Amino acid sequence: MCAASGSPRTLVDVLVIRRDLVDEIVAHARRDHPDEACGVVAGPESADRPERFVPMLNAARSPTFYEFDSGDLLRLYRDMDSRDEVPVVIYHSHTATEAYPSRTDVSYASEPDAHYVLVSTRESDSDEFRSFRIVDGVVTEEDVQVVESYMFAHTGADDLPDHDS
Amino acid sequence: MPVTVSVPTILRTHTGGEKSVEAKGATVAEVIDDLEARHPGIAGRLVKDGKLHRFVNIYVDDEDVRFAGGLDAKVGENSTVTILPAVAGGSR
Repeated sequence: MCAASGSPRTLVDVLVIRRDLVDEIVAHARRDHPDEACGVVAGPESADRPERFVPMLNAARSPTFYEFDSGDLLRLYRDMDSRDEVPVVIYHSHTATEAYPSRTDVSYASEPDAHYVLVSTRESDSDEFRSFRIVDGVVTEEDVQVVESYMFAHTGADDLPDHDS
Repeated sequence: MPVTVSVPTILRTHTGGEKSVEAKGATVAEVIDDLEARHPGIAGRLVKDGKLHRFVNIYVDDEDVRFAGGLDAKVGENSTVTILPAVAGGSR
């Protein structure tokens, strides 16, 4: 039962994301290790559904900092605008520390509607994949629900055929 | 002639939710002054100590103004000014 219990806020305090997108994000983080990797997963406006994986170049090419190149950033947002998309997930990796937003991450975070995903590649044999909301400098961790397909996830119900329950 | 200014989500609280607003000015600084007159509070989110805030990118058409004179960058009559928050961070 997920209907009508709790506030709307509670309902969005989970990142529901397809497994293949999680795999892409982790693979990107592993590939760029020991530098930080970064990118977004875009999705339709207001749907809170990450769909289109967009790895970005870390213009800082640094193990302790990431930054989208300013030209790449402009092209990314224009591209998303033309597709009526928003950055549903903004991800980056930490390569020697835990997958938790640093003070720098918090000071830069400017998309109150995005899920900020952090991946840590500090252990070579295990991945940390965590998701946060960062709003007005306040970090709130949320659950991550990995699904095979959004058709079977109980979110974004606008796309789902109704069925008896 | 007003120019069109594209406003990012985080600043739309200042523009009544509008994604795109108009402002007048021949330089980025003048456009920001005019934006402030129309949408009070927005300038403080863009400029700090007389310089462009490091968390913010401003583009005139396709050019990042950091590489085109900063706040003195020229804004043409048919220009589009785009404001985007920098996407950056790091483990330190």
